[in-house]
Amino acid sequence: MKNIWLSVLFVLSLLVMNGANAAADLEVNTPKISALKASMQARHGQLGPFYSSGAVGLTKDGMIAVKDASAVPLKDRGALNGLVSSENADRADLYKEIANANGHPEWQAEIQSTFAGRWIDKAQSGWYYQSAGGWVKK
Amino acid sequence: MKNWMIGLALSTAIILPACVTINIYFPAAAAEKAADKIIDEVWQLKQEQKAPVETPEK
Repeated sequence: MKNIWLSVLFVLSLLVMNGANAAADLEVNTPKISALKASMQARHGQLGPFYSSGAVGLTKDGMIAVKDASAVPLKDRGALNGLVSSENADRADLYKEIANANGHPEWQAEIQSTFAGRWIDKAQSGWYYQSAGGWVKK
Repeated sequence: MKNWMIGLALSTAIILPACVTINIYFPAAAAEKAADKIIDEVWQLKQEQKAPVETPEK
């Protein structure tokens, strides 16, 4: 009888360890996530100057938004809006895809809010981000 | 013997879901790590940090 208990304990401890391991890392290496990263990286070359000029800022929900369109010449504003909406579409896809890749679609909102804080933390000084009280220059 | 088996089956049935629950909680630290990795790549932050080392100015 003791043997049965021991083996049950062993199996249980394996399961617990398995759970701990699964929590140690999030899967972020799916082809779709790589494609989204590449697309966002390429777009960043165009968005960079807009962050610096304050035309675009980081929102508190992990997206970006046009903060001050007047920092951009009228003729470029259409392109700016296009960049912002494609970036936000990629970001939304990214958060959703990470949640799905890890088998927990319900994690999407939490992943998004985790990213929101990290984007702002890693933003260059001079860029704008949204806080509870409005836009703040970093 | 039969009672033992039933007890064992019951306790396993109760304990197992408790173990699986561990996986349902959102792994905040892992998510931050993953976010950092992706942001570094998208904004190419790791390369910017290396740049001063690779290009000696004087």
